[in-house]
Amino acid sequence: MGLIFSFFAVITLGIIVFAGVKAVHLHYLFGVIIPYAAFLTFIIGIIYRVVKWGRVPVPFRIPTTAGQEKSFPWIKHNKIDNPFTSLGVIVRMAFEVLLFRSLFRNTKAELREGPNLTYGSTKWLWLGGLAFHWTFLIILLRHLRLFTEPIPYFVTLLESLDGFFQVAAPVLYLSDIIFLIAVSYLFLRRVIIPQVRYISLAADYFPLFLILSIGFSGVLMRYFYKVDIVGVKQLTMGLISLNPKIPEGVGVIFYIHLFLVSALFAYFPMSKLMHMAGVFLSPTRNLANNNRAVRHVNPWNYPVKVHTYEEYENDFRDKMKAAGLPVEKE
Amino acid sequence: MANPKTEELARIDYKPPKTGWMDTPTVFKKGMFCHGNKPKSLETVGFPNVRPWLVKDEDWKLPENWREIFVEGLRERVGKYRSFRLFLDICVRCGACADKCHFFIGSGDPKNMPVLRAELLRSIYRRYCTTSGKIMGKIAGARDLTIDVLKELWYYAYQCSECRRCSVFCPYGIDTAEITILARELLNLLGLNIEWIAGPVANCWRTGNHLGLQPHAIKDCFDVFIEDLEKVTGIRVNPTFNRKGAEILVVVPSGDLFADPGTFTTMGELLLFHELGLDYTWSTFASEGGDFGFFTSNEMAKRLHNKIYEEAKRLKVKWILGGECGHMWRVWHQYHNTWYGPVDFLEEPVSPITGTKFENTKSNKTVHICEFTADLIKHGKLNLDKSRNDNLIVTFHDSCNTARGMGILEEPRYIINNVCNNFYEMPENTIREQTFCCGSGSGLNASEDMELRLRGGLPRANAVRHVHEKYGVNMLACICAIDRAALVTAVDYWVPGVGVTGVHEMVANALICKGEKKRTTDLRGEPLPGMEGEQNV
Repeated sequence: MGLIFSFFAVITLGIIVFAGVKAVHLHYLFGVIIPYAAFLTFIIGIIYRVVKWGRVPVPFRIPTTAGQEKSFPWIKHNKIDNPFTSLGVIVRMAFEVLLFRSLFRNTKAELREGPNLTYGSTKWLWLGGLAFHWTFLIILLRHLRLFTEPIPYFVTLLESLDGFFQVAAPVLYLSDIIFLIAVSYLFLRRVIIPQVRYISLAADYFPLFLILSIGFSGVLMRYFYKVDIVGVKQLTMGLISLNPKIPEGVGVIFYIHLFLVSALFAYFPMSKLMHMAGVFLSPTRNLANNNRAVRHVNPWNYPVKVHTYEEYENDFRDKMKAAGLPVEKE
Repeated sequence: MANPKTEELARIDYKPPKTGWMDTPTVFKKGMFCHGNKPKSLETVGFPNVRPWLVKDEDWKLPENWREIFVEGLRERVGKYRSFRLFLDICVRCGACADKCHFFIGSGDPKNMPVLRAELLRSIYRRYCTTSGKIMGKIAGARDLTIDVLKELWYYAYQCSECRRCSVFCPYGIDTAEITILARELLNLLGLNIEWIAGPVANCWRTGNHLGLQPHAIKDCFDVFIEDLEKVTGIRVNPTFNRKGAEILVVVPSGDLFADPGTFTTMGELLLFHELGLDYTWSTFASEGGDFGFFTSNEMAKRLHNKIYEEAKRLKVKWILGGECGHMWRVWHQYHNTWYGPVDFLEEPVSPITGTKFENTKSNKTVHICEFTADLIKHGKLNLDKSRNDNLIVTFHDSCNTARGMGILEEPRYIINNVCNNFYEMPENTIREQTFCCGSGSGLNASEDMELRLRGGLPRANAVRHVHEKYGVNMLACICAIDRAALVTAVDYWVPGVGVTGVHEMVANALICKGEKKRTTDLRGEPLPGMEGEQNV
């Protein structure tokens, strides 16, 4: 159900923009108003969500320790997976955010006759996830050429590295291909692996379809239905300089691409995509395991009803005395 | 009740049902859940909705406004725990956690996949606490909180042992233990606990320990230990209780006072302390290191835990030494300093034998006994005869809590390698931070849920079987009282011929004490290697 719903939701988005631009000529709406609104929603939404999370206290320091604790100088301490200091935490988080270290540990459990359980290493999800996120970032950075004049050196450098193989004209970007393969893989595993399909919601398929269609519309625009790139840059520069204008003759495929991107931006803060910001706040990852050395303070710690020693002794005094145990009150 | 055959239980179908999980009603299966709490257990600690009820009853006798209580409780907690709110918000359902859970591996029940276990609660959170869930309902993954949904939550909240294995693999560190801990806390607002937890909690409140051992009964337990130790070693140890002015307060899980093989661990500790001439005391009040309150609610955990520091303060000890126990150390390490600190009435722990400062615990002043003993061995303070353990071919089971909530991995291994000659590791995906739960953690080690325990124990036991077949391993060492109680059953079922031992039992067997007689048996009264013919007189 979630799959079909999401599929048609994205198709509907495509139809809306196609009809809106082609038939009703709402270029200004789709080229200026919606992108602005989406971008604002994105920024404000993310800030709102992060502030909301940030205002919730962290009552306990509960890192998941994935290595040897710091104890004696003669026992090798795992400084990254069981960090004791903030520096260790930073390194752990960097590994987590940049290289998906936890996912790298992934195994696949298999039950054979016997019973005999094995846990084989499986890196596909890690690889697919890493490829997807990194190429997405690279593609996003490459798009900076549309919003800058002159174009910064790192963008042109990135482009030349990305198009290193100099195949086809315009030059085929490696990131484009890897991106499409990775998103397709993430989608296919969701449909094919029975357990993953079982847990998948519309909220899982929708962003996948959206991102996939953004990728496809982008590739179509670059390699097949070429749009007026000068016009596109006029539009994007207009947007960034807060002096928006709609140039004539930019193909409808561009508006489709832009609208889908806007949809993604607007959807981002209210969705699971917020894991991008959330991962930084995860208390099992971003805290040092130095609990016994440095006290963690819970802001809402409150006194609780306890059973005191006095009450205990009152209950058992005679038995304690009979057993020869010392008591406070004879 | 006879257990099903192993072949039968190991025939596990991992294929999810055709119907979506929201549309697949949960059927309570005998052997997979524990008895509900007795009214008395709730009453003792002042918990709400005290009434007799049975799990199999249609009517759980909930208050009229149970839904409001639950939803209000949920709203309150997502505002108090960042972990909880974040973990409800950011899961992307990648499924990496699915086959990391011992209960899923052992049962194939999709609702035992950590992600889906969390979705059970997440769907309610969406419905009542998020805009999209309120408006879009099911398509946003939200569902109404009905009585059947509540029962389902109860069923699966007590099919999770809070072992945190999934959180090691989750790319965002989502910890199902947090979800389960808070789900149980919410259920407890409605008087929905299990007796195996509620009973020990009530006991602990009154007597200071889960087993309900009263002060004189504790003394009796020790009297038996003293006699048995004398029989084996010829040495009469003389522990003190509730003694003011001792240097160290020793606290162990009460399970180790009462049932084999945990008792041998306590005997081992007694012998070790005696040999060292340690100035220490036991307490009949702080007679429980573990904390089943932790499986109930944060507040209950704190209420039970108070006695440890209160007693340390009353007895004016310098610091606290804690025994071999899993969840006890999760609580001591990650919680109790926050609850009761700053602990300025104690001193920074220093080993009186080696002079080693335990820098890593300078704030909360509790030392794990494996840290303590590893340090002794490193400094050559123990006279050990490894060969006394030559009849044992040993492997080591990391307890979930000490592995993933603390990281004490090398200390016990260092000790084991110094007290025995035959030590073999289980496969690497089943030890250290990837260790598997015994299947009975977090208060699930009852007898009525035996099928659940055996299923949950399969991954652990299967790894034991691997080394049993490959190296002839016949002893599983561990540093957790629940392991010692639960693994005996699980291992005996899946890998007959392997025993379970605490690390300090092995230490005592190897420990050559001043003035001991010629030892012919181990602490269990079984012949030492090469002594099979000798009479123990």
